[in-house]
Amino acid sequence: MPFDPAFRFNAACKTHTVGIISRGFRGRGRGDDSGRLPPGQYATDDFPVLSAGPTPHTPLDEWTFTIEGGAEPVRWTWDEFRTLPTETVTKDIHCVTKWSKFDTDWEGVSVDALLESVDHDRAYAVAFCDGGYTTNLPVEDLTGGKAWVAFAYDGEPLEPEHGGPARLLVPHLYFWKSAKWVRGLSLRDEDEPGFWETNGYHNYGDPWREQRYWGD
Amino acid sequence: MTETPRVRTLILDVDGWPGHRAGQHVDVRLTAEDGYQAERSYSLASAPEDPPALTVERLDDGEVSPYLVDEVVPGDRFELRGPVGGYFVWDADALPEPLLLVAGGSGVVPLMAMLRHRAAAGSTVPAKLLYSSRTYEEVIYREELERLDGRGDGLEIVHTLTRAQPLGWTGHAGRVDVDLLREVSFPARRNPRVFVCGPTSFVEAVAEGLVSLGHRPGRIRTERFGGT
Repeated sequence: MPFDPAFRFNAACKTHTVGIISRGFRGRGRGDDSGRLPPGQYATDDFPVLSAGPTPHTPLDEWTFTIEGGAEPVRWTWDEFRTLPTETVTKDIHCVTKWSKFDTDWEGVSVDALLESVDHDRAYAVAFCDGGYTTNLPVEDLTGGKAWVAFAYDGEPLEPEHGGPARLLVPHLYFWKSAKWVRGLSLRDEDEPGFWETNGYHNYGDPWREQRYWGD
Repeated sequence: MTETPRVRTLILDVDGWPGHRAGQHVDVRLTAEDGYQAERSYSLASAPEDPPALTVERLDDGEVSPYLVDEVVPGDRFELRGPVGGYFVWDADALPEPLLLVAGGSGVVPLMAMLRHRAAAGSTVPAKLLYSSRTYEEVIYREELERLDGRGDGLEIVHTLTRAQPLGWTGHAGRVDVDLLREVSFPARRNPRVFVCGPTSFVEAVAEGLVSLGHRPGRIRTERFGGT
């Protein structure tokens, strides 16, 4: 049976909308996160890995980044991509599996800078990746200084298991939207759910509204 | 139910449980008296034919797992959300392709749901479980796995112990590497459906090993836990 969003329930008292008290549970994470922790998340210093399959290893001389769906496709080789202006950003990231990590340091090319070369008026994008992964986002969530194609983490080249050589970085949405091993964007007029979005996860994924799953 | 000194199974009584698929997970939310809440995801251990059950490993620096392993007693209540997930799942009525399961530590939990489902559904698709544990005492579901292995229905279970092996141990020793995968897994030409679950470094090594043996990346589904 597929995951049915109608079944949002409470294990022991379905009719109550407030949380039931878990006898003897004290927890420990209270309050020192100065409003930086979205609902249902916990802070970690780790950098957990979530991937649906094996880690791809694409050599840089075979790597390209392509934006499709404009007047004509625009493509960069790795060397061309690395001549584009870069930005260094420090962001909090939030994974749907509940961990959040504060003050992560990234270097990348802003999607704004990439789209400067593309003549289009599309409203939606699908990021596509090595390994076949896709994720969908509104173009307005990729522009205005909100998204990057990141190639370095914490001052080092991005490791393959974290999405290297380059991953999308869209820190204001759950981190599955920050597609690893990204190879391009397909711009389109209609929204088209990607990999996790067709496997039970929310289409938009705003951590502050706790949009984890279908029906949230 | 105690599985190992660090691992416990909780069988849940859920009003209106909608049923689940083998491999899916749920979100558990605990609420303290002052309203503080903590949420974590846990794989379902039971077959879809059975009531939902969670098998939880106590993480020493954990916030939720020590409560679920050490504190909870029958009759206690907490909130659940789910079941969730439509990718790391296996259905017994899917194509009769060989099923290769590779588990590291408590990564065996969602794979056990698949094996229990396979048995409950009477499936005879060829299946193998390669299961890596640190020690004999830390093998989760050890006796049930022996019973499943002895059913003669096309399932083969291979253990490897990485840290210590008891006297007379006839299974494998050491980490899962390409040689062990080549020896015990289905050959790539049989195009098995593969599920790998365990700590990140384990899953990385196993998935890369399987790809190097010719398994297509698209046939390998992974689930990882822990940091790097």
